[in-house]
Amino acid sequence: MTYPDDTRVGEDVADGRGETSSEYRSQSVIGSDAPDAPERLGPDLVIPSVEAEIAEREPALPSGGEAQSTGGIGIQIVRVFAEHKLAVASLAFIILMVLFCWLGPVFYHTDQTNQAAVLLNIENGAPGATGHPLGTDGTGFDILGRLMYGGQTSLIVGLLSALVATVIGVIWGAVAGFLGRWLDALMMRIVDIVLSIPVLFLLIALVTIFHSSEPLLIFVIAGVSWLIPARLVRGETLSLRTREYVQAVRAMGGRGGRIIGRHIIPNAVGTIVVFATFQVATSILLLAALGYLGFGVPPPGTDWGSMLSTAVNSAGNGWWWEIYPVGACIVLVVIAFNFIGDALRDALEVRTQRR
Amino acid sequence: MTGYLVRRFIQAIIVVVGVVLIVFIISRLIPGGEARAVLGTRATQTEIHRFNKVNGFTKPVLVQFWNYLKGLVTLKLGYSYKLTQPVWNALKLRLPKTLVLVGVSTLLALVIAIPLGVIQVVRRHKPSDYALTGISFLLYAMPAFFLGTLLIIWFSFDAKLLPVAPPQSSSPWAVFTDPKAFIMPVFTLAAIYIASFSRYMRSSMLDALAEDYIRTARAKGASNRRVLYGHALRNALIPIITLLGLTLPAIVSGAVITESVFNYPGMGLLIVRSATTHDIPVVLGTTLVATVATVIGSLIADILYVIVDPRIRYGGVQ
Repeated sequence: MTYPDDTRVGEDVADGRGETSSEYRSQSVIGSDAPDAPERLGPDLVIPSVEAEIAEREPALPSGGEAQSTGGIGIQIVRVFAEHKLAVASLAFIILMVLFCWLGPVFYHTDQTNQAAVLLNIENGAPGATGHPLGTDGTGFDILGRLMYGGQTSLIVGLLSALVATVIGVIWGAVAGFLGRWLDALMMRIVDIVLSIPVLFLLIALVTIFHSSEPLLIFVIAGVSWLIPARLVRGETLSLRTREYVQAVRAMGGRGGRIIGRHIIPNAVGTIVVFATFQVATSILLLAALGYLGFGVPPPGTDWGSMLSTAVNSAGNGWWWEIYPVGACIVLVVIAFNFIGDALRDALEVRTQRR
Repeated sequence: MTGYLVRRFIQAIIVVVGVVLIVFIISRLIPGGEARAVLGTRATQTEIHRFNKVNGFTKPVLVQFWNYLKGLVTLKLGYSYKLTQPVWNALKLRLPKTLVLVGVSTLLALVIAIPLGVIQVVRRHKPSDYALTGISFLLYAMPAFFLGTLLIIWFSFDAKLLPVAPPQSSSPWAVFTDPKAFIMPVFTLAAIYIASFSRYMRSSMLDALAEDYIRTARAKGASNRRVLYGHALRNALIPIITLLGLTLPAIVSGAVITESVFNYPGMGLLIVRSATTHDIPVVLGTTLVATVATVIGSLIADILYVIVDPRIRYGGVQ
């Protein structure tokens, strides 16, 4: 994919138009622009920098293209990823958050379950004064400790539900795309139908009927999130199954399951990984929304959304320490996963569709 | 064009029937059945049997589904034993309120986002472009319940400028008596879509500017202004309509949060309240009505798309 500079611009834009169906690319809302691709100026084109910018939004080529490529594909991927400074910082931040949530309680002991014991703290809610660096909430729980405790739930549910959603979606999409015909039509219609239900309504209905619990939340959030990867993987499968190497496996008598598992899914892995990363952010937000509405993990457990929900009750008292730290946790973790997803998309050269 | 519309219409009907089926299946999945949910854990076996018989739950499942479908046509969504009224009666006063909230917010998002996207293209790579991109980032990652809470703290509690919630009264249309109470809910619901639509608009404009017809227009001597607003903008708007149809379920979903934050008596608040009291018929009925409203909205967006885009009107359909 290297072009002589002068002819490149116009043609490439025309090419790009075809594959960059705007429905696809623009679903990624957050900065999909490659960060520091050089500005290429077309000699006689109308708005040079527009063309350059569109060229930039081609899937980020590993800098220098094929000519300079050294090392294996893994190194290439890491290099492109590392060029996204924000994504590297985000990754570090996520690791830090994981350490904070799981190692934190080892060093910073707080009681997060026994309400009777902590009720004494209520009167001294403000941060600092009483040995609670971030203060206590309306029921007397230490906020710093609760951020760790609730963060464990939020991160676990976010990660696992994204994982489950991805696995279901990948299998669904691959089977539909591979088998084709009426089964494909039926399976994809089901996806359309479930996608048309506003997601929070469906989530609340499911949580109401099956009584909220942490494992249930994982499966319920996964249950409304597998649709997009199903569509993505089906699309990939449709194009992959006509490839020669797949035909070859089939000619040699390879079974459908083997073709899907060994040849189609591995080739769609970029799309899948990128989706899963974005989905972690979405899942964390969905859990937080459910928690805020009062359908999060039942007490004595908590999650960041549920914490915000209790915080709102004392918002009128000016208890800012109940609101800002947990809000910041949610927003920053979500932004971080989005940045990582963007960088992965560039590194793995895939375009993905997001809700 | 009519072929496209007919197909799109049939598709919408299939989706609605499918959603009805899903809601029906969910309602049959209630642990212990609807009888237990309504009569409570202490109901005797005979009471449960009688309830099932009266409500037709002893008939074959397909017959039950058929009866359910027939009932829906006449807006029979079930009966709420908690509110002691038919589900539709509880819903019909709330549906328009949610529609107003969603409609106004969507319009606001478009009205702000489209010029914003255009400005970003015109001032591309200048500080204002980067500033706007930064703001979109932040709005995009900000969950509505957090943004709404912050707005309440800042503008209601601290500045005392805006009311925390719309006027609460038994009169059905009291919500609409205080326009100031609308500002925060509408902005909260619109914020994330201002961010995403303006991002989309920016790339859509850039796509349009790269098209051959733009080069032709420039070659014919059209002014920069005319190229931007006469040619590029008009074409860039078309994909926005598609996006609108696709985003609608998410906006309706966002209304649940916005309504809960601001105590706005729409369908979102209804489903949250009913879920808290375990009023399953209302929860399922609300889900169904919200979905049907969303499907109709998306259908309207697609019809608009046909009207706006002559390529579909005159050509075949891709």
